[in-house]
Amino acid sequence: MLDQSYYKKADEVIEHYGRRAASLIPIMQDIQAEYRYLPGELLTYVASQIGVTEAKAYSVATFYENFSFEPKGKYIIKVCDGTACHVRKSMPVKEAMLKELGLSHKKHTTDDMLFTIETVSCLGACGLAPTCTVNDEVHPKMTPEKAIELLDGLRGESA
Amino acid sequence: MSINNKEALLNKQAEVQKVIDSYTCRVLVCSGTGCIASGSQKIYDEMVKLCKDIEGVKIEMQKDVPHVGVIKTGCQGLCELGPLMRIEPYDYQYVHVQIEDCKEIVEKTVLRGEPVERLFYKHNDEICQHPDDIPFLKLQTRIVLENCGKIDAESIDEYIAVGGYQALAKAFFEMTPQDVIDEVTKSGLRGRGGAGFPAGRKWSQVARQKVKERYVVCNGDEGDPGAFMDGSVMEGDPYKMIEGMTLAAYAVGAENGYIYVRAEYPMSVKRLRMAMEQAEAYGLLGDNILGSGVNFHLHINRGAGAFVCGEGSALTASIEGNRGMPRVKPPRTVEKGLWEKPTVLNNVETYANVPKIILQGADWFRTIGTEGSPGTKTFSLTGSIENTGLIEVPMGTTLRHIIYDIGGGLKSGAAFKGVQIGGPSGGCLVEEHLDQILDFDSVKKFDAIMGSGGLVVMDENTCMVEVARFFMSFTQRESCGKCVPCREGTKRMLEILERIVAGKGEMSDLDELQELATMVRSMALCGLGKSAPLPVISTLKRFRDEYEEHIRDKKCRSKVCTALRKFHINPEFCKGCGKCAKNCPAGAITGKVKSPYTINNDLCIKCGACKDNCNFDAVYVEL
Repeated sequence: MLDQSYYKKADEVIEHYGRRAASLIPIMQDIQAEYRYLPGELLTYVASQIGVTEAKAYSVATFYENFSFEPKGKYIIKVCDGTACHVRKSMPVKEAMLKELGLSHKKHTTDDMLFTIETVSCLGACGLAPTCTVNDEVHPKMTPEKAIELLDGLRGESA
Repeated sequence: MSINNKEALLNKQAEVQKVIDSYTCRVLVCSGTGCIASGSQKIYDEMVKLCKDIEGVKIEMQKDVPHVGVIKTGCQGLCELGPLMRIEPYDYQYVHVQIEDCKEIVEKTVLRGEPVERLFYKHNDEICQHPDDIPFLKLQTRIVLENCGKIDAESIDEYIAVGGYQALAKAFFEMTPQDVIDEVTKSGLRGRGGAGFPAGRKWSQVARQKVKERYVVCNGDEGDPGAFMDGSVMEGDPYKMIEGMTLAAYAVGAENGYIYVRAEYPMSVKRLRMAMEQAEAYGLLGDNILGSGVNFHLHINRGAGAFVCGEGSALTASIEGNRGMPRVKPPRTVEKGLWEKPTVLNNVETYANVPKIILQGADWFRTIGTEGSPGTKTFSLTGSIENTGLIEVPMGTTLRHIIYDIGGGLKSGAAFKGVQIGGPSGGCLVEEHLDQILDFDSVKKFDAIMGSGGLVVMDENTCMVEVARFFMSFTQRESCGKCVPCREGTKRMLEILERIVAGKGEMSDLDELQELATMVRSMALCGLGKSAPLPVISTLKRFRDEYEEHIRDKKCRSKVCTALRKFHINPEFCKGCGKCAKNCPAGAITGKVKSPYTINNDLCIKCGACKDNCNFDAVYVEL
């Protein structure tokens, strides 16, 4: 069961965008921004409030890559694998992070809920490839070594 | 304060210009995504702090005191050299500015107008003091990006000072909606999103519809990996694009508009929101714009990470709150677009071209570019190139000029191999295309598309088969799954490509690949699917020998495909320490301590652990 505060938050967001079917995506985006994931119960609740079926809401939520029903870590690291980053060797950067954190291509989030590692198709900072973002802050010209330093820094920050 | 007629706009312009002129000095800190990533926000904060402390100087506007302005601009273009800073009125361009440099910049340049020599860009040992001394910037023709990097990206006043909203005033008070459409038609402006459909024709089709409720939608879902032009426009000069959309709304009689921005561009969303609020406060957006009786309300929708939403009907479906899947056309978007109403759908760059066309006229616009594709095109120049960054050149410019004169040639002098144009939906151009002129029509002849304008330069160290696999894995992942040719075809093509890079391909795979590519190209439902095979088609045509080498000789000449690498130990360097054998997960390395070890390539899984762990550089990779 979700805490009552989640539903209160959802009400606020729904109020802001209005009870219309077209509000579904912005509402889900704001909820996800708040909790770093989209709790399934809240999606059901939002659907009932804005007058779309649960099935419809689920079909939309699963279509878009940005929505996640799995809780994510405190630091969401997106390694860019756009064309520019790819030809400037972005994948070794991701591999280094996965290895350092004991993650794999199936397991994206560390057990302590500190890190989530994802791949993203292009962050628009191609001039500084390869790049990655930590909670939307862009880090330029990455190398596997810099990636480990970055993780160490974030660990220190949250300790 | 509302600007409710043309005179008020001109007064506002004069007033703002006076304010800007009264600055003794202006520090322009680049705040494009690239420079922010390089730390320009800290530079901005430091400059504000330092300038505030100067005695007798104010950074806010007050009368009769020397003023120093510190402002954030959009992308100044040379992303690789960031953080960038310009200083007016001296027109100095500083590159690689660090926090430690700020104090010296204030003491020398801000207070005394003297340059800090070491922060200038050097081109072949020549110091470039001003932006126009740098070939990368000098050789461009900036229309869409004319203000980008030069004005405060968060101040509508500065946009008004450089003539902003005068096109709107001209259209509202001197032209009928039909005149606006005619001017755009005459200009020959073609949609900059990729396909190059004439914008004027699109607008007149919407204007002709019987249904009175219409929409103007801006496609800011720049999803092509390796493209950031539209993002830079939205970040660096959001006003221009909004003015362009307002002009479109006036021309077709729409009262509501939507901007669909990709989720990965938070900065664009922030700047657009800010720009819209400011425009509304000035009465340049909303009800009764400029006191003309014209109403236009603008909304922002953020994408949620689906590449296919860059396709028109998928984009409108997403705004409506649905899965972003394309639908069968006709009816086309101009007839039944957003909420089944007639809709003008253009991309960011297209709208950003409009104000200048209205202000300076179609004839002026046609003097730039080629006969069939007038105007300029923005490109993001990335990959293995000396100067990466954002550029704008006339249509018809050759790739050689872009890559060698503007971009400074390939990185570290590597040999040119190809350039991917139009992202994963585009094609790969090679040496023989370097001197061909580049416009919408010519690019199509080379099995590629202009796309939104990403140019990723690839050198001899790039494996073209691997690149084709990379693009296919992208389009396959992003295929929405609605139509069979795209859903199944991309999947099968990807499987074949994966097989080939893993050294398990067969010669018959190439024919099958070609057949699948042709099928998807002709039968997929939407533009994304139709163009998905282009990278395969163009690389198969131009790099067939590389494909064959992978299959026949199990060889990757660029040494990229890990599965085809062969590791060997050089007996002259090997000290026989045995570290490689210990680290080999496949047990492929054998030998006796203190004598050279050997690798059994039948057992080797090509992981490279031996090479990474060798202290004597004895492990090498065979070509």
